[in-house]
Amino acid sequence: MIKAVMVMNTQGKPRLAKFFDYLPVEKQQELIRRVFGVLCSRPENVSNFIEAESIFGPDSRLVYNHFATLYFVVVFDSSENELAMLDYIQLLGQQTLERCFKNVCELDIVFNYSKIHTILDEIILGGQVLETRSTEIMRAVEEISKLEAATNAISFIPKSASSWLSR
Amino acid sequence: MNPFSSGTRLRDMIRAIRSCKTAAEERAVVRKECAAIRAAISENDQDYRHRNLAKLMFIHMLGYPTHFGQMECLKLIASSGFPEKRIGYLGLMLLLDERQEVLMLVTNSLKQDLNHSNQYIIGLALCALGNICSAEMARDLAPEVERLLQFRDPNIRKKAALCSIRIIKKVPDLAENFINPAASLLREKHHGVLITGVQLCTDLCKVSSEALEYFREKCTEGLVKTLKDMANSPYAPEYDIAGITDPFLHIRLLKLLRILGQGDADASDCMNDILAQVATKIESNKNAGNAILYECVGTIMSIEDNGGLRVLAINILGRFLSNRDNNIRYVALNMLMKAITVDAQAVQRHRATILECVKDSDASIRKKALDLVYLLVNESNVKPLTKELIESLEASDQEFKGVLTAKICSLVEKFSPEKIWYIDQMLKVLSEAGNFVKDEVWHALIVVISNASDLHGYSVRALYRAFQTSTEQETLVRVAVWCIGEYGDMLVNNVGMLDIEEPITVTESDAVDALEVSIKRLNSDLTTKAMALIALLKLSSRFPSCSE
Repeated sequence: MIKAVMVMNTQGKPRLAKFFDYLPVEKQQELIRRVFGVLCSRPENVSNFIEAESIFGPDSRLVYNHFATLYFVVVFDSSENELAMLDYIQLLGQQTLERCFKNVCELDIVFNYSKIHTILDEIILGGQVLETRSTEIMRAVEEISKLEAATNAISFIPKSASSWLSR
Repeated sequence: MNPFSSGTRLRDMIRAIRSCKTAAEERAVVRKECAAIRAAISENDQDYRHRNLAKLMFIHMLGYPTHFGQMECLKLIASSGFPEKRIGYLGLMLLLDERQEVLMLVTNSLKQDLNHSNQYIIGLALCALGNICSAEMARDLAPEVERLLQFRDPNIRKKAALCSIRIIKKVPDLAENFINPAASLLREKHHGVLITGVQLCTDLCKVSSEALEYFREKCTEGLVKTLKDMANSPYAPEYDIAGITDPFLHIRLLKLLRILGQGDADASDCMNDILAQVATKIESNKNAGNAILYECVGTIMSIEDNGGLRVLAINILGRFLSNRDNNIRYVALNMLMKAITVDAQAVQRHRATILECVKDSDASIRKKALDLVYLLVNESNVKPLTKELIESLEASDQEFKGVLTAKICSLVEKFSPEKIWYIDQMLKVLSEAGNFVKDEVWHALIVVISNASDLHGYSVRALYRAFQTSTEQETLVRVAVWCIGEYGDMLVNNVGMLDIEEPITVTESDAVDALEVSIKRLNSDLTTKAMALIALLKLSSRFPSCSE
């Protein structure tokens, strides 16, 4: 089972955080900081896996990927295949986001975090892998975008939805 | 326009927060926004509810408290528009958790949305339920979710499958209701539904032995066939990752087969062929292929023994260990740790490569390799292994030294075949990394030395020599000082020389000098100085000539 997904920038600022095991918000922030502490001291040519027991409790490890100015981190337990999780992070980080936002960069994630959450909800549900094909994921996300736009056309458009329309 | 009125657009708030130069500035901006949002909430403002919750989600991610917005989630979920529901459910999952009573209030909305005519709204509800439902809610809504396992749209079926997992984890009694629907999911063609269906079956097996029996009997053959078809299927671009058809599904199937085959000879027999096929045919030059091989090895090691397959599996792990890719070496070490319980002999054959990994430049790999070596030590290989480990000690960095030292000391104590070897090894460790050695350990060493009367002379001489060369290691100094105090006369008179020793000339004043040095050295702490003083006291009665 996947325990958490985190995206943070190379300064340690969280850009996306979803915990599938309940944790109070101060604890979440603390965990993010500790993970960042470990990540920024990793040299270049090492494995992408880190034992995370001291941070997340027994039976946890994490896999991370460094992509542009962001770290993508997935925390999981021993029921998941580590190498598969590594591929999965690529799927989430690079493939899907690339398709959604051409030449995705950190700012895209900052200003569209609500859409990113929706994408994440099409990929992982309850800590389990929901879908592995980026085409399917994108199809679902596009349908949802259309629904948002259609409903908004009829009723009053809250300003926050304009970010949807502009993409 | 005042940027802090409740009319702030979401983007503007984000920009305002990003342009803050200090944490205090950011707190001020957030506080103003929260105040405006609170005001809007108490006025029951409908128009900006959606935007306000979106803002709260952002603020929550930065780490600020946002519980005052929880009821807003509920109100948004209860409204009829899709955007409102979407943001309401998103907020629900971020700002609430199953322990809160407020969550129960959503049950009714969830029930309605699970029966909605718009399948995307059903999807939203399933997602929320699957992420945070409590046991109560699980019980209430299980029938709806069960029904949705057979919904016409595969996207809903797959979400319902994962939602069911949370339900049975929260309320294991309900597991039996899901057995049959889960089994029919296994016959689907849609990969997304298959992956989630297989996962549901896997988790059902974990909570219910009834489910395990059922799937083992009724579904093993079907699963083997599905895996065979996938392995033999022609190229299908939409599932392809690095030339392999849907590696995730491969892996999930292998995992379920592992659970079904474990402890059951018939089921294991059924899967031998396909396991051999996967193990030999999958290409291992890309991560996807290796991930499947890794899973395959895990399955082979867990199911009932088929000699040939096990050998194949361990060989694959051996190849992984020498792979240049750090990730592959890491998982190989992981799997070998599990393999030890099944076939320790086979793992022993790879000892040399594992020892290499203890010196690896990657900290994660070093640690895993060390854990593995520790498990491999037995009476027959303790000497060569300890030798290797001590060599690694010399080359390792400060962080790793502590862990490595502890492990070596533990091994030496557990397995030492004879006292003299124990003393030798401990001496080496103390010389190299004495500062990392715990108190109980060097106390134990002193006890052993004092009990080994034939080795008193040997010990004190060896310690004296070591002391000359490595004075920075505090514990070495202490043990040396104690020995010189106790057995100083043996040191000076070369009493009890063993055949292997070289003669050494130490005069009484040399011995006393050594003790003086320990008191005077800069790094000596109180314990060391105290011990040295006591040692001097002991010697003063034996070396009357040096009493000053």
